[in-house]
Order: sequence, then C-alpha cells, then structure tokens
Amino acid sequence: MIESRSGKWETVIGLEVHAQVVSKAKLFSGAATDFGAEPNTQVSPVDAAFPGMLPVINRFCVEQAVKTGLGLAAEINQSSVFERKNYFYPDLPAGYQISQYLQPVVGHGRVSLDMPDGTVREIGITRLHLEQDAGKSLHDQQPTLTYVDLNRAGVALMEIVSEPDLRSAEEAGLYLRKLRSILRYLGTCDGNMEEGSLRCDCNVSVCRPGEPLGTRCEIKNLNSIRYVMQAIDYEARRQIELIEEGGRIEQQTRLFDVGRGITRPMRSKEEAHDYRYFPDPDLLPLALDPDWVEQIRAALPELPDAKKARFVSEYGLSAEDAGVLVAEKETALFFERVADRRDAKAAANWVMGDLFGALNRLGIGIGQSPVSAGQLGALIELIADGTISGRLAKDVFGEMVASGADPAAIVAAKGLRQVTDSAAIETAIDAVLEAQADKVAEYRAGRDKLYGFFVGQIMRATQGKANPTLVNQLLKQKLAG
Amino acid sequence: MSDPALLALNLAEARDGLARKLFSARELTAAYNDAVAEAKPLNAYITPTPEHALAMADAADERLALGQALPLDGIPIAIKDLFCTKDILTTAGSHILDGFHPPYESTVTEKLWQAGAVMLGKTNLDEFAMGSSNTTSWYGPVENPWRKPGDNRPLVPGGSSGGSAAAIAARAALAATGTDTGGSIRQPASFCGIVGLKPTYGRCSRRGVVAYASSLDHPGPMGRTVRDVAIMLGAMAGHDPRDSTSAPVPVPDYEKALDGGIRGLRVGIPREYRVDGMPDEIEALWQQGVEWLRESGAEPVEISLPMTKYALPAYYIIALAEASSNLARYDGVRFGLRVDGDSLEEMYELTRAAGFGAEVRRRVLIGTYVLSAGYYDAYYLKAQRVRTLIARDFARAFERVDCILTPTSPSTAFAIGEKSGDPIEMYLNDVFTVPANLAGVPAISVPAGLSGDGLPLGLQIIGRAFDEETVLRAAEVVERAAQFRHLPGFVAGGRS
Repeated sequence: MIESRSGKWETVIGLEVHAQVVSKAKLFSGAATDFGAEPNTQVSPVDAAFPGMLPVINRFCVEQAVKTGLGLAAEINQSSVFERKNYFYPDLPAGYQISQYLQPVVGHGRVSLDMPDGTVREIGITRLHLEQDAGKSLHDQQPTLTYVDLNRAGVALMEIVSEPDLRSAEEAGLYLRKLRSILRYLGTCDGNMEEGSLRCDCNVSVCRPGEPLGTRCEIKNLNSIRYVMQAIDYEARRQIELIEEGGRIEQQTRLFDVGRGITRPMRSKEEAHDYRYFPDPDLLPLALDPDWVEQIRAALPELPDAKKARFVSEYGLSAEDAGVLVAEKETALFFERVADRRDAKAAANWVMGDLFGALNRLGIGIGQSPVSAGQLGALIELIADGTISGRLAKDVFGEMVASGADPAAIVAAKGLRQVTDSAAIETAIDAVLEAQADKVAEYRAGRDKLYGFFVGQIMRATQGKANPTLVNQLLKQKLAG
Repeated sequence: MSDPALLALNLAEARDGLARKLFSARELTAAYNDAVAEAKPLNAYITPTPEHALAMADAADERLALGQALPLDGIPIAIKDLFCTKDILTTAGSHILDGFHPPYESTVTEKLWQAGAVMLGKTNLDEFAMGSSNTTSWYGPVENPWRKPGDNRPLVPGGSSGGSAAAIAARAALAATGTDTGGSIRQPASFCGIVGLKPTYGRCSRRGVVAYASSLDHPGPMGRTVRDVAIMLGAMAGHDPRDSTSAPVPVPDYEKALDGGIRGLRVGIPREYRVDGMPDEIEALWQQGVEWLRESGAEPVEISLPMTKYALPAYYIIALAEASSNLARYDGVRFGLRVDGDSLEEMYELTRAAGFGAEVRRRVLIGTYVLSAGYYDAYYLKAQRVRTLIARDFARAFERVDCILTPTSPSTAFAIGEKSGDPIEMYLNDVFTVPANLAGVPAISVPAGLSGDGLPLGLQIIGRAFDEETVLRAAEVVERAAQFRHLPGFVAGGRS
C-alpha cells in the first residue's frame, strides 16, 4: 500500500520470468550452450535458420520444463503446441521465435512466500512455457554497423508467468528469490542474473484498494532483483502521480534506465507488434507420456518448503532459522553435513553466525568456503567433547578461515587443548586464591560479584584452557570451604 | 550404344544395362551431360553439374566392377533446385538466394547419393516453388519440350517442378526429384507426359528442402514410367529423425508392388471432380481410365468428397500463411542477397523488394494478411477446419474404396504468358491436386493420352496414407493400358 497526498493506493504486479534452461544443447538443435564462448561458435545451421533446416525438440529441455512445473505444484499439460511468434530482427534468424502460446506445457501452479511477519503468501503461477532465446545484437563494436552473435539463438528458455498477485516491490523481490531458489534446487536454471540466465519483465498497475485493476505498463528485461524492485517502486509512483495530476495511464512497454533509476517508454500499444502467432508446422504437438511425467515427479529433489519443514521438525530449528538455511540449496546441504550426528542447533548457529560472517567479509559464497562442512563439524565435536571451550573455539574458527587447516591440528599446534585435569585446575585455583587472599575475604563477607573476577584470573592463569565447568565446580567448593 | 539409344532407355532398363555391363555409368552419364547441354534452350536446368556427375559415375563404375552395385548405381538424375546440395549453388529459383552454397545436403538427396545415383544438375522451378507454370523463376521460364503440332508457341511445362518434368520429358535426365505443395509434381508431370508421385506426408524427409509451406510440402520422385518412380521412391523414402514431421514407418519394396494385381480393387470416382469449364476430352479420358481399370478386374465405385470445392481456397490460405513466415528468414543478414540501406528497416525492405519476384511478394502479403490480428479466425483458423473436413472426406471414402481416380489437371499445357494476367485463373490449375496435399495422402499422375491438339494429359490416382504400393500398382495398370508412347517435339538425341 502506498500513501500519497490523495490517499491509499495499491500496487498490482505480475512478473514474467525468462529462465534459461540448464541443458548442454539448445531447444531445437544440437548446438552447445556454454556461456561466454567466442561469438558465433555455438551455432548450427538450424539456429542460423538456414534454408531447409528443421527444428527437432530436445527431450531433455522438455524434461527440465516438466520438472520445473512439478516444482511449482503446477498442472502438466499432456499435449502442448509450439507456435511461431513472427517479427523481424537481426538477432532472430528465422524471422520468428518458436514459442508456446495457446497451449503451454505447464498450466496453473503456485509459489509460497514466507512474509517478514511470519505469515505465508501464495502467489499464483499462470503458466510456464518453453521458447527459444534470441541471439544478441552488438551495437558497440563498430560505429556504423551492428554485429550479431547467434550463440544464444535457440537456447531454451522457460517463461514463467505469475498471476497479478504481488502487491509491492518487496513481495516481487521475495517472489523472485523464492522462484530462483526453487529453480536452483531443481537444477533446471542456474539463476545467474548477471549472466542473463534469469531475466524479468514486470507488469505494474495501480488502483484504489478494492477497486478494479488499473491499466498496466510492462517494464522489459530487468536483470537483477534490485532493479526489479527499483523499477516497480518508480513505476508505481509515476503512475500514481500521473493519475493524481488528472492524467490517464496508457498501456505501454517501458524500459528501466539503470543509471537514472527511472522507467521510460519503449513503445505504446499502437506500436505494438502483431506477432501473427500460428502453430509451427515443422513441429508436431508435444505429447507427454503420463508415466514419464510420473517418473520425473518421483525423482524430484526435496524443495525449499519441504526442507524447511523438515529442518524444524527433525532438527528442532526455529522456522526463521530454517528459512535462512534452506534459501540456498548449497547452504542447506552444508548445514546438513555440519549437523550430521551432531548438535543441530549448534550447527545452525555456527553456519548462520560465524561462517556467514566470515563469508560476507571475504565476499564469497558458501561454495567457496575455506572451511568445509566436515571441518566445522569437527570443531563442534571438539567443543562437545570438552577438548576446547566455546570461547577458544571462536579463535580456532578464525584460524580455520585463515589457513583452511583442520581444527584438531590447530588445537594441537597451538596447545589449546582444554585442561580437564582437576588436580592441575585445583593448583591454579589455589594459586589465585592465595594471591588474592584479601578478595577472598571480601567475597566470603558477601561480595558475590567477585566470583567472576576469580574465574577470569583462573582462566588467565591457564591461558583459557581450563575447562569452565570444572573451574566453576572446584572454585565453588574452595570458596565455600 | 549410341547416345540416342542410351537416352531412350528408361531408368529400370538403364539399371539393368549397367548391371549387365552393356555400357558404363561414365558412358551413360556422358550421354546425359550432352543431353543436358543440348536441351539448354528449354532452360530446364539452372545449374548443370557435368564434372560432378562424371566423378559420381566413376565411383559407381568402381562399385559395379566389384559387383557391389547400389540400387541406383550410375543412374543420372536431376535435382529440383529446391533441395539443398552441399557446396553446390542452391537457388530455389530466387534472386534472394544469390550465391547460396549450403553447408549441408538435404536428406532426400543424401539418400539418393547413398543409393549410387549421379547428379546431372539442379533444375529450374517456380520461385520458391510458388507457381503452376514455371514462369516465376528468377532464372527465366522453362519451356515444355512439347508443342502443339502446327503451333510454334512455347508452352509452359507446368509448375513448380517444371524444370524436372521438362528435363525428363526431353530425355535430359532419367528421373528427377520434385516437390509437391499443391500439385507441383503431378501437374507438370501431366503437362509433360511423364509420371510424378507425391508420396504420403512424412514419407520423404523435408530436411534440406527449402520450405514453401511446411505442412503441405511433399518431396517426391518424377520419372518416365511408374516403375522408375517406384525405384526412385524406394531410395528417397524413410524416417529422418532430423525432420520432426517425418514418419517412423518402414519402407516397403515399391518395385515389387508392381504386380498388376488389381482384381477386386475398389476404385473411387468422386463426382465432385467434374468442374465447370473442364474440356470434354479430359472427362472422356477419365472415363477411359475407369474402363481400363475395370477391364483389369477393378471395381469402380462412385463416391463423394463433398468438401472438395473448399480445398482450393483453404489451400491458398494455409500455404500462404506458412510461406509468409517461412520466407521471413530471407532478410539479407546471413546469406544470399543483401541490398544495403540507411537503416535496418531499409535494408530489409530493399533486400526483400529486390530479392523476391512478384508472385512471391503477392503470396507473402496474402499470407501475412490472413494471420493478422482480427483476420486469423476468419481465414487461417477456418481454413484449418476445412482442412480437417477434407481429410475426413478422404478417410470416409477410403472406408469404401482402395484408391481414387481423377484427372490430374483441368487443362493441358498452355502457352508461356497465356495465364499470367490473372493469378486466380493460374491457381485454378491446382483444383484436382490440392486436396491430396491438404489430406497428406499419396497421389500419382500417370500419362494417359493426348488431347485433341496433341498435348499430354495425365490421370491421377490417390491412395490411403502410406499406401503408395496400391497407388503405384493401379498407376502401372493405367500406364500399360494407355500405351503412352508419344514423344514431345524436342528430345535430346533426336526423335528416333
């Protein structure tokens, strides 16, 4: 809800996400799909639309789309149709894009969002369809010519269309993060927005709460969640201001100017293309064998929502902590390896606290963590079996991050092993109490606060290695005695 | 053997002569290379490939010498210039493909070369196979080797596979490939007095064939006899995993099917194929065909194909819609002709205006129109419904009959330029051939007689999907009964 000078406004947002399918080969040709290859080195005559060359559907790309559909709890359509979307552009070699229009491979589904207030919001998925990506026009290589790189032409995309269920830029951001998380769990899209594997078009309109939806504008081709949120915020305010000034929203396609943080018109409804969709006569309708779909369903990995629920029930984590740990598949995997047959809450605290902190400082992801899950688990074991104290463990962890060494090796090399020999601890206590005889007298006279002072002195005398439980136990006896 | 004697052999005879070492593949090919040169005035070939042909013939001779002959070893054939041939100029009869040397071979031609056939060259055609007279080619019209006795006006060979048909009729090729989208194999076969078969949709791969209308394009064989066409089809047919519309069905031995056994065959005679203005002699020839089949033991059955009258308009909507999209790739960006402009749009406009001829431009415009927002339902969608009904017409008919006999074309070859003023009159030429394309069923044209003014006329036999065998068997019976021994005014090597 946006408060403006004329009252409350509701922002209504629907997103169209283009997710590049993880696949070694393109949607309709055998050409490779590696990112960053030399221009025009991953192009077959099919991709370049040479005369007489015909598309043949890549079964694996269909499997990825079905898998994604199942991951979005969506209907899988046993029959779907590829159509041609006709328009001229140099990076669209055939003069049409093979896409799905009236009959997509995946129908209605949903994504659940964990809202900051702890509630769950369901966002509807309208459809998911398969289509070809276009190539790239390079306008900056030469002042008077445009170069065309067809490496990307024909790469499989899933267009995932949401219902207009989102109500703020924040929700749009949550939705995209959740969707990306699901795609990564499924392994159907790598979700790398900076490489263009995930791109987003936003449909934005505003209306008074409870009133019919306003006219929407579409903001094209946003390649980061931050830009999506900025663009929605700007666009909603632009539309509200325009209406409040007595203007009318015109249905438009707009672009987000990253530098200035504003949206500007690309083309209006009158200039909209007539894509002349019609079923591609080179392809038969895509018929899915229900048994095959069931095999894919049976082989689905555990998805974030299920994993979160399991982390709460199995490990006794709070919903919030579980949510943080499952957001990225790699983090969840890392956590489970740390928690394996160990104290799960300690594992969660170490992962979300010290480990995340260290990774943030280093600016790296959990995949590049200098501390392995096994090493962090070993550290937690050293605490649990009393080899080192929790306080010392922080130092050991710092050392692990710096050197990548095993915690046991660091403890041995630095002589950090906790002293659990009660005779040695007694000796240290006796020495401290003797040196601080006046303070002992004060304590016995009622100054309880001095207890901590004695503990500190003892720990210092033992270079922090004395087992704190034993220190407490023995110190209390001595002071009482 | 002398050149004229070699050229007089049909494909089956030439094959047997090669096997019996009566002559070599090189001798046969050399005779055909000369014939191609001699037939140059017909303009049947865009690109003759004589040296390529001799090299292929030598390879065939080596296999023949080793007793390892392939089914078509050493047989010189022509390829419609709509089939992509690796590193050999492929034009589709269009200026817009100037200088296009495909880096790949079409599946059908690949199969023919694997069967040992020899390529004489690439034959002329209507631009992008759009036409019924072979007058729309950028490389000029093809002349029919037939002329009306006493009338020296050059006649069209029919289209769009007019170059292939003219080359075969003039003995400048033993056989040829064609493509048939609305009659483009059968109508020129009828006009030139040869045999042309449009197989079932999916029987011969479309991969590497420059697309006109994907759901209607049928590659197929053309030859002098039904047997020649059966032999050719055997080499061309088969499932191709690189064409999604290619059918994964086994290929029978078509030559073996030619056993003359049509006793009890039920032949449908569709009453809707009597159209206004059709010459009486064509009607009479049709009746003659019915009699020939009856005399051979077949049983004629009058049938109805009630949707026939909607076939032509439905065809011209669907074909042109697909064509408008298929031809979008000719934009000057990656291959063929480019005319530079001051902007991208101008480059597109100048390139396509210069590269496409009038008929192609007309069809692209109509096709774009029928797919446009607001017109799609009224034209394209309705035409698709009609198509479904036409397929149902055939399905119902084939519950009662085994094949259908009709004339191939409502006219004989006409003079070049005679019908170019009115595109509709030209389109009407396809009235009998188009329904089989819409239904995807096989159909053949076989020469059955001469018109009063001395021009060949063909009869058409339409069969069930993937039942080319019955079509060929019945066609051979008609061929034998018709005793069509006439030669056109021009044949390479002379009319001896």
